[in-house]
Amino acid sequence: MDLLDSFMMRAMLAGIGVMIAAAPLGCFVVWRRMAYFGDATAHAAILGVAIALGFEISIFVGVLGMSLAMAVTVSTLTGRGYAMDTLLGVVSHSALAFGLVAVSFLQGVRIDLMAYLFGDILAVSRGDLAVIWGGALLVLALVCWRWSALLMSTLNPDMAYASGIDPKREQLVLTVALAVVVAVAIKVVGVVLIAALLIVPAASARPLVKTPETMAVLAAMIGVASVLGGLQGALVLDTPAGPSIVCVAAMIFLAVSVGGGVRGVLRGK
Amino acid sequence: MTRLIEIEGAAVHQGAVVALRDVDFHIDRGEIVTVVGPNGSGKSTLMKTVIGALKPISGRVARAPGLRIGYVPQSLQIDPTLPITVARFLGLPRRLPRKTTCAVLEQAGVPDLADRQMAALSGGQFQRVLLARAMLEKPDLLILDEATQGLDQPGSAAFYRQIEEIRQQEGCAVLMVSHELHVVMAASDRVICLNGHVCCHGTPEIVASAPEYRALFGSGTGGALALYRHDHDHSHDSEGNCLHDHDCGHEDRHNHTHAHGVAVKHEEAH
Repeated sequence: MDLLDSFMMRAMLAGIGVMIAAAPLGCFVVWRRMAYFGDATAHAAILGVAIALGFEISIFVGVLGMSLAMAVTVSTLTGRGYAMDTLLGVVSHSALAFGLVAVSFLQGVRIDLMAYLFGDILAVSRGDLAVIWGGALLVLALVCWRWSALLMSTLNPDMAYASGIDPKREQLVLTVALAVVVAVAIKVVGVVLIAALLIVPAASARPLVKTPETMAVLAAMIGVASVLGGLQGALVLDTPAGPSIVCVAAMIFLAVSVGGGVRGVLRGK
Repeated sequence: MTRLIEIEGAAVHQGAVVALRDVDFHIDRGEIVTVVGPNGSGKSTLMKTVIGALKPISGRVARAPGLRIGYVPQSLQIDPTLPITVARFLGLPRRLPRKTTCAVLEQAGVPDLADRQMAALSGGQFQRVLLARAMLEKPDLLILDEATQGLDQPGSAAFYRQIEEIRQQEGCAVLMVSHELHVVMAASDRVICLNGHVCCHGTPEIVASAPEYRALFGSGTGGALALYRHDHDHSHDSEGNCLHDHDCGHEDRHNHTHAHGVAVKHEEAH
């Protein structure tokens, strides 16, 4: 019997694939304070779903295109004198609202809408797996390749320029990577919770590490643990899988934070 | 003498604002050049143009081929969510062997810091690490953008001594922006006074004795030169800042008089 015949095995592999890309990328999202940016990109995906269904093209392509368009738009508007959190708040939720309205025009999709909002990881097909791992490995390779340049640009753009690195190009790398992660993660946790996959594992890893690299690796490990724990929990407790994954990640974050607090108090004494 | 960077007739915008216009600037191998000017005079804009972060909308910027720049930023806020040790920071953008890291820190006068978090360093240690990282690029040109901001007087004096040493050892050119005019005057080969355009420039000694200089700056208050030479004929406000009316006439084209208070934190040596 083929290993991939089991829906549970496919779900685990899908989750792990998304996580190994989302976690290192999520570190940059956290360091550069782009959390809202990730949200906006993810929310635009639902509009991409509507377009893909309407024009009968692949969901992956529709979502990737729309997320990319949103990410580039927001990225371009950055630093042009707009109040970023307000602008992102407007753009992000508008994209979600327009997406929901657009989907409602399409017949027969209404039942499926939950799958796009909250993911449907247990229904991942072999084809989905190929797309997820393809996208994830692409993002991972991109982030590894640009790692030092991204780190320099994050620390100080002028220092990056002086070293011959163009921070604008690195920003574009992150933007593209973010759009790809959104496109592959929509099946796993849905548009509403994608930002959580980026941010929660990275935030959980932060108090435990001393260098950017260990933070990325630990975030990926925490992400994978969340996927396995969440899927297991969903199976046992009969809960929705995507949100369960995020719940486990949040509990790890809580445990790390409380643990850190207790250690701090003990050391203080 | 090799020209490292030459800027001709450049106008640079910061957003919608014209931050610099008609700027001619150059720096040669091994020179120390200091840029002074009041707040908002375009000093940082000029630095950003030199490193290539800003492109002039007119004029020309030429860099020596393969020019290596070491840049010490004005300040570096590291986000608390970004963990980074001194050793890792020094290895940006190229990782270093552990031995090199230790040797570099030793040389910078801050040994044993390798495994410390950047965020846990004192102001003086932080600046030394920034300088050490910039020097690891083996730069032809070292750029210091008000690098002693936040250091106390002995701290910044020690920092400048270290830069002098580095210049002697490595022979790199140094371009600095500073408010501490008295320190700068002693070390510089040339001083450039900036106020949206180049008000005046020249070697400190020649400039200091040249009557043209005073004419250029206007005779009203003795200009910034009084600051360089510690002629204490300027007024102090309640916070110990020196206030000047600073008239920059610049040939016929810039036949205007703009009074701007040059407020300079100024510790007096007694």
